This record gives sequence, C-alpha cells and structure tokens, in this order.
Amino acid sequence: MQRKRKLGRGVAVVGAGMSKFGMFRDKDSKDLFAEAFREMLESVDKGFDPNDIDALYLGNFTNDFFIHQAHWGPIISDLIGLAPKPATRTEGACASSALAFREGVFAIASGFYDIVLVGGVEEMSKRTTEEVAEGLALAEVPYEARVGFTFPGVFGALATAYFKKYGANREHLMNVTIKSHSNAPLNPKAQFPFSIKDMMNMKVEGAKKKGKPVPSWDDEKGFLRDPGANPVVAWPMHLYDCCPISDGGACMLLVGEEIAKNFSDDPLYIVGIGQGSGKGLHAAADLTTMEATKNAADEAYGMSGLKPEDIQFSEVHDCFSIAELIHIEDLGFFKPGQGYKAVEEGLTRRDGPMPINTSGGLKCKGHPVGATGIGQLFEVWKQLRGEAGERQVPKKDLRIGAAHNLGGTGGTCTFTILERR
Amino acid sequence: MEERPFSDISYEQYLREGKLMGSRCRKCGALFVPPRSICIACYSSDMEWVEMKGKGRLHAFTCITVAPPFMMEQGYDRKHPYCSGVVDLEEGVKVDARIDGVDATKPEDITIGMPLQVKFLHWGEGESQQTYLAFQPV
Ligand SMILES: [Zn+2]
Repeated sequence: MQRKRKLGRGVAVVGAGMSKFGMFRDKDSKDLFAEAFREMLESVDKGFDPNDIDALYLGNFTNDFFIHQAHWGPIISDLIGLAPKPATRTEGACASSALAFREGVFAIASGFYDIVLVGGVEEMSKRTTEEVAEGLALAEVPYEARVGFTFPGVFGALATAYFKKYGANREHLMNVTIKSHSNAPLNPKAQFPFSIKDMMNMKVEGAKKKGKPVPSWDDEKGFLRDPGANPVVAWPMHLYDCCPISDGGACMLLVGEEIAKNFSDDPLYIVGIGQGSGKGLHAAADLTTMEATKNAADEAYGMSGLKPEDIQFSEVHDCFSIAELIHIEDLGFFKPGQGYKAVEEGLTRRDGPMPINTSGGLKCKGHPVGATGIGQLFEVWKQLRGEAGERQVPKKDLRIGAAHNLGGTGGTCTFTILERR
Repeated sequence: MEERPFSDISYEQYLREGKLMGSRCRKCGALFVPPRSICIACYSSDMEWVEMKGKGRLHAFTCITVAPPFMMEQGYDRKHPYCSGVVDLEEGVKVDARIDGVDATKPEDITIGMPLQVKFLHWGEGESQQTYLAFQPV
C-alpha cells in the first residue's frame, strides 16, 4: 500500500493560455508560445507583473529532431523576458508538459518558489508524415521500434488485444472518433473544428469542384468504413483513429495557494497529481491496460481522497481511438471491458454523465506533443471556470475536473485533478 | 556457455547468429527476454544465458502502412504493408517481433493465438548487416 501523497504547501492555477493548434508554415515555436503567453497574461483576473515570475518549467519532446534545435528552456525564457531566472526543460515524450506542470507544482509546494510559469511547445508540421513517425518512434521502447512498430502500430497492436479480450471491434473505435468530432466544432482553437458530417460534406464539395465522381455514404460509419475516405495507417488504426501532426504552445501560471486570491477571483486548486512509468509491450502483463496510468491515478486519487465517480469530466490522452477506451477504464471511470460500451451508449458525450474530451481531444484539437499536457489542463481550466462557451459541460455545480496525459507508448503517464472552490 | 554481458548488444549479436536468447536469474529463476543484467524480481546479478526454443503464439499485432524510413528502405510502403506483433513464447515470456509469412494486406486473416516459429530476418551485408527477430506461422 502506497503512502498517502501530499503537497508540502497548496498550489493553485491562476492563469492559463493556449495557442491555436494546427499546422502553421508561418509560425515557429517562439510565435506559438508567445500566443499562449499573451492569453495567459489576460486570463489573470487581477493582473500581475510578469517580472514576478520566479522560474519557468517547459515541456518539449522532439524539436531537436523536428527542427534541429534543442535546449528550449532558455530560448523561451528569453522570449518572455524571464532571463536570467531559471528555465528548465522537461522531456517525457507526449507527456513533456504534464511533467513541467508537476515540476512547477513541486517547486512551489517545497516553498522554494511562489510564482512559477509552466508550459509546453512543439513544432512538428515542417516534416513529412514518415519523418514524424520516425521522430515519435524515438519515444518507443527500443525493442518496439527495432521490429518496425510505429506509434500507430503499437496502439494497433493494443487494439487487437482489446478486441480479442472483450469482443469489441472497429465499429466501437468509430464511436470514439464520432464523439470527439461532435465536440470539436465548438472549440475555436481546434485543428479540426469539424464534425464527421462536416468532413463528409467537405469531401463531396471538393469532388464537385474538381469535377471528380462525387462520393456518397449512408452515414458517418459508412464514411469511416470507406478506405478511400479513411485509409489504414497501422491496422486496425485508420486515419480517423489517429491524432494529427500539429504545432502549438500552452502555458499556465502557478502560485502558492495562500496568495492565489491576490491574482485570481476564481483560482483552481491542485488536489490530486500523479505519475507513473511503464515497461513496453513485451513486458506488460496485459495489453488492455497501462500500469503507468494506474500508478498515476493511484497517486492522484490517494492524495485527493477522491474516487473516480467524483471526477465530473476529464480530458484523456486519445492519441489513438483505442487509447481513449483503455484510459477511461484504467482511470476507473468505467469497469475493465466496459469502456467501449459506455462510449456506444453515449455516456462520454459532452451532455452525458461522464464527459470525456470536451475539447475534441487530441484527435480534433490537435497534438503538438510537448504542449499537449498543459493544453489538456487548459480545457479543464476553461470548463471549471465556466468559460468554455458553446462546449461548456451542461452540469450544475461543476467543481472537479481532471486530465490524463500519456507519453510514448505508455512509458510516462500523468493524472491531474483540479478543483474549483 | 560463453560469458557475454547480459545486454542488448549481446542479444543482438545472438540474433545475428540465429539464436533467441534470454537471461535467467540463478537465484530466483526469473526469465527475461531480452536479457536483463539485474533481476528485477530479487535484485540478484547472478544471471545465466538461456536459449529459447523459438516456439510461440501470436498475442497481438498490427499491419503497418505508414512505415518509418528504415522500413521503407527495405521495400515497405503504403502499397506494401508489413506486420509487427507481440509473441507469447512457450517459455512464458513475450517478445516484440516482425511477423513474416503472413499477408499484411489481409489483416482479417491473421489470428491471435496462431502458432508461430522463430525466424531471423537479415538485411544488408557485411559490417552493416542487420538482423531482425521475426516469427512466421508454423
Ligand atoms: Zn532473481
């Protein structure tokens, strides 16, 4: 039995900003982070002087590979006028900025700092799809990459194990995709702010314009079953099971709990924070669950005293459709093997009892890997403060939201629970 | 058996020689493939090499269409997918491997649980030759 985790000092979020996610030929990592930073400044209800920031923790995964520039801590520190104060880069693959968030929390909880900026940035779209696949595979377990597994390939293998164990099939993965795409049009920062129906209409209009044969499908699933519209990437993962290649930045301002009200009328408090590590496909006892997520959840639930049923909505790391099913089970929102049924029954819709990925998820919002962890927490911030606009979760007394972030093929997972008091 | 370090480098050397090798803890009997030099069951470093029989069953798999550059060099692409999988060895451990001798354009015909036999895929020549652990249907 794990010792109950607790912070030495309470920590609160008092500001948050996120760039639009997408593929931007004309923006680099600095431009994207600046966009997020400007929004964060405006989001601090009572205003503050950026010169008061004590330190920066910045998540970035593969800019070294994608744009041949490493050492992003000081570059971003200089960008926002923070130098010569400390700037530390964290790397945990696609969970890099969730690790930055944790380091920021611990730095304040220890009493060393009072005001910390945490963030993440990634710039991926200037490479080909194959090169991005190679870059992301840097975060696999070496034995996986060696025998040809790509990221989608690993999750494809997990899907075959899940199908076999629980009797699910591709149609159930389509339910995840359709649900995510139904939230996306309500998120102005999403890379693909379109429903599947919108995508179908766009294909039809495109064909008409080019004078090509006009395709037609009975419904959304008909579209997703069509290999012309939804080609295979790593069977059973098809294009619409996979998150896109994205650029983006995100940041949050953390402060000691006792000074939170000096900054914000409505701060959010970090009540649970957890992390775990995993061994990879060959060493996992069961491919339908991730021990890193379970460890992260145990830490976070243990610290908060909350149970899965207390979480009112959550962002989870849907890098691939199958991942969302595995996570909502591992986090305890649904029993093992029941995740696909829950999605089929609409329980994870925005207006359902357990809304999952109201932002549109990585699938639609985009996945600039190093920015994703804080990008997910940005959605929790918006929802808990009642600022999510058209996609606001329609629950009374929204108080507790969470975000689950995954790095690599399950090597690093985090789970963070925020509370509005 | 000769004393090679219990490392990934030795594991790869053995693959080039056509052997699938793991390490077994002399103290508690735990088996690791690929090898570990430290037993994570009892933390002993008293290990010995064991050769796997090379028989197993398919545990999970994928057929990859969007291939990384090193697989594209070997002739795989969107028109020519390949299969990678996780194999349950008879010895009770799992390994990641290429799955050869199956039609990766027809994943519906590949079945979890199918019996497999080890195979060593060599690519390139001389110093730069690479060997990949693979399995094929019996
Ligand atoms: Zn041992």
